[in-house]
Amino acid sequence: MFAFLANPARFMVFSAWAAPVLFAGALILFAAGAPWALFYSPADYQMGETVRIMYVHVPAAWWSMGAYAFMAGASFVGLVWRHVLADVAARAAAPVGAVFAAVCLVTGSLWGAPTWGTWWEWDGRMTSMLVLFVTYLGYIALWSSIEDEEKAARLAAILCLVGAINLPIVKFSVDWWSTLHQPASIMRSGGSAISGEMLGPLLTLGGAYLLLFGALTLMNMRSAIYRRRVNSAELKKARQ
Amino acid sequence: MSAFAVTFRRELALMWAGGGALAPLGYFLGATMLVPLAMGPDRTLLEAAGPPLVWIAAALSILATLERLFQADLEDGSLDQMLLSPAPLELISFAKGAALWVAIGLPITLAGVPAAIALQAPVERLGYIAASLALGTAAFIGVGLAGAAVTASVKRGGVLLALIVLPLFAPPIIFGASVASGEEVSAALSILAGCALGGAALGPIAAAAALRLQAE
Repeated sequence: MFAFLANPARFMVFSAWAAPVLFAGALILFAAGAPWALFYSPADYQMGETVRIMYVHVPAAWWSMGAYAFMAGASFVGLVWRHVLADVAARAAAPVGAVFAAVCLVTGSLWGAPTWGTWWEWDGRMTSMLVLFVTYLGYIALWSSIEDEEKAARLAAILCLVGAINLPIVKFSVDWWSTLHQPASIMRSGGSAISGEMLGPLLTLGGAYLLLFGALTLMNMRSAIYRRRVNSAELKKARQ
Repeated sequence: MSAFAVTFRRELALMWAGGGALAPLGYFLGATMLVPLAMGPDRTLLEAAGPPLVWIAAALSILATLERLFQADLEDGSLDQMLLSPAPLELISFAKGAALWVAIGLPITLAGVPAAIALQAPVERLGYIAASLALGTAAFIGVGLAGAAVTASVKRGGVLLALIVLPLFAPPIIFGASVASGEEVSAALSILAGCALGGAALGPIAAAAALRLQAE
């Protein structure tokens, strides 16, 4: 499939219908998941109604990390196989992932204030999410500060892979600190610790965020390809 | 003479000639000097916050030297000569990093001991602080090589370089500060050594890959 889509022309045909389909899917899942999470799921016996922030916070955390993993994969493909579309994909995913990371940080802070009694705590997960956010900013800034697009793509890919090594190390190293954040409760040995009534809307919204990520990334890629076409058309015109 | 030795000596000579090693050292001492001025000379406060602030000063003074590390070579054509040389660019980058460590990491390590004493660090922990600074500056330089190479062709790239490199400084800072504060010292020192070795191994490879693109 990837080899088939590697051709930009074919990609444009594919994404012309794939992006709206993903977007519509995201809308449907949001329409289903948001009321389920905000009105029909139970309040937590400890945290009360504030637990509903989780449905915004946790999927954003998942897919901000997922987006970085995607970028690292695309950067690797771009570096090794010199693939134009992979470079475009890595660049297109970055702003979406950065916004997810920002949403995760802001909602986490809003959640922390009533439940932990503090807006910010330098615990492992929050700190590593902050480092992820800053890494996104550096990546985006590097892209936009180098004019030659091909060079920018290669350099950003190198940076993205260096960051991909750094982020797990940051994650493990900050876990050494005394940790306020609850440990992982869904993906753990011995089954999920979260009740089914909360897991349903959480996974629905997780799917919604994923589809939204896919739709926005595809749209970003399309606009980047259009921009390239405009640039080369203008170059052609200028040469005549 | 081997390519490593030539590059190493050239870098050291350049840094001494430009007063390059003195400037970051002065930066380091100046930054640590500002700490008690900002926090007040309260002894218990300094004991808690002083050694970590030595780490911040060390990280910033290394950062300040990184901007010109490859940029100067790119501008004056030395980079083209390095690319023409039969020696691999990875080895040349490694030699540049090693020279930077000798010229700046080592003086900071030595200056860090009196700075830590002045900031009321316990005397019995000074050996650990020196060892951790030696390893930590090596780790900073390792990842800094990659950041400096990636931003070498960006004009006035200093802010961009800081944005890129500071998140990469996070692991050595965490373990360095935990050595300074005396928690789980031997484990933190081994991990710090891991960061230094990892940076020394991977930094030159990433830097060389980025430099090949810059020269095209």
